[in-house]
Amino acid sequence: MIRWLLLLLGGLLLGGIVHLVTMMMAPRTATQDAYARLALNAPVNTMTQIAAPQPGDAILTFMDPAFALAVCRYDLSDGSLKFSVPVSQAYTSVTFYTRQDIAYYAINDRAAGRRVIELDLMTPEQRAQLPEDEDVTAADRLIVESPTETGLIAVRALAPEPGLMPMARASLEAARCQRAD
Amino acid sequence: MRLLTGSLFVFIVAALVGLGATWLSLTGDLRFGALTIGSWTAYPRIGTPDADPYARASIVRTGLLPIGLGDGVSFIARHDDAGRPLDGRCTIAVSGMTPAARFWTLTLYNAGGGLVANSLGRYGFTSQEVLRHADGRFTIAIAPRASAGNWLPTGGVERYQLALRLYDTPVGVATRAGNETPMPQIVTTECP
Repeated sequence: MIRWLLLLLGGLLLGGIVHLVTMMMAPRTATQDAYARLALNAPVNTMTQIAAPQPGDAILTFMDPAFALAVCRYDLSDGSLKFSVPVSQAYTSVTFYTRQDIAYYAINDRAAGRRVIELDLMTPEQRAQLPEDEDVTAADRLIVESPTETGLIAVRALAPEPGLMPMARASLEAARCQRAD
Repeated sequence: MRLLTGSLFVFIVAALVGLGATWLSLTGDLRFGALTIGSWTAYPRIGTPDADPYARASIVRTGLLPIGLGDGVSFIARHDDAGRPLDGRCTIAVSGMTPAARFWTLTLYNAGGGLVANSLGRYGFTSQEVLRHADGRFTIAIAPRASAGNWLPTGGVERYQLALRLYDTPVGVATRAGNETPMPQIVTTECP
């Protein structure tokens, strides 16, 4: 009897480990995550306008219909990226996601404090290779380090009223995401 | 033989417990770090690199891009203040105030996180669109049939959920429920 109880305890402990490992692995097995959904129509290192969500037709879940959305699916394996977007009248935000859709950095127009949000996106290795003097002149440019080589930049512009949606769209049309060299 | 049956037993228990717990937490939407105010629940950490494995699994399984914490916070309500699930055939009043934020949006979603079709083509309100009382409070009527004031159509769906998103807000990981975070009340006023 005691032997079986001990075996049960061992099984429970091992089950806990199995649970932790499978939970950590779960994001890697997903095929319907936001990145995979966007990969179908968003080319690499290019800004892509994402259509506003409609009933029964939205590329992502829980999209905010008050916002215009554009994404840049990036790949830093060939070098760093320069990103810029003019701020819209109401509210503009830029959020950086890893390949696993984790938001690792987000900035809005007020925090950026100027008419155009400009950012350099690079891996920690690429940042380490920046020449010293360039690092100084780059002081007025924000440098964002991506923990993964691939990921997403999502730019959102608010249309406070439906009639202002074309203006929010227009500011996103001017967004750029391209190789630094 | 004893060793064989013993280890077999251990492995079967481990597989049942481990995979069962994983399955339950993936389908049951188990998550930590909830900030609950009234009927509203937010997971501020979901928009940060500190998101725990349960939040990460939930993000990729549902196919959403969470709002980054530097951008805003998203609150979800699935039931009214009395604990009744939100029913699209009833009239529900969302009223009161919101925490400090530059903008907020209130959006109605079906259970899967999609918009609900309605004749008006209205899926939510922004803080600029909403009509307010003299004291700055607002009331939004969420109902299948048109009503005066702020009307958000439900399209008559049986179950829905509300998302209140605060943009450029001090509300975050360190926020506690209290006077500085007034969330709107959700009351079912009429149900056929």
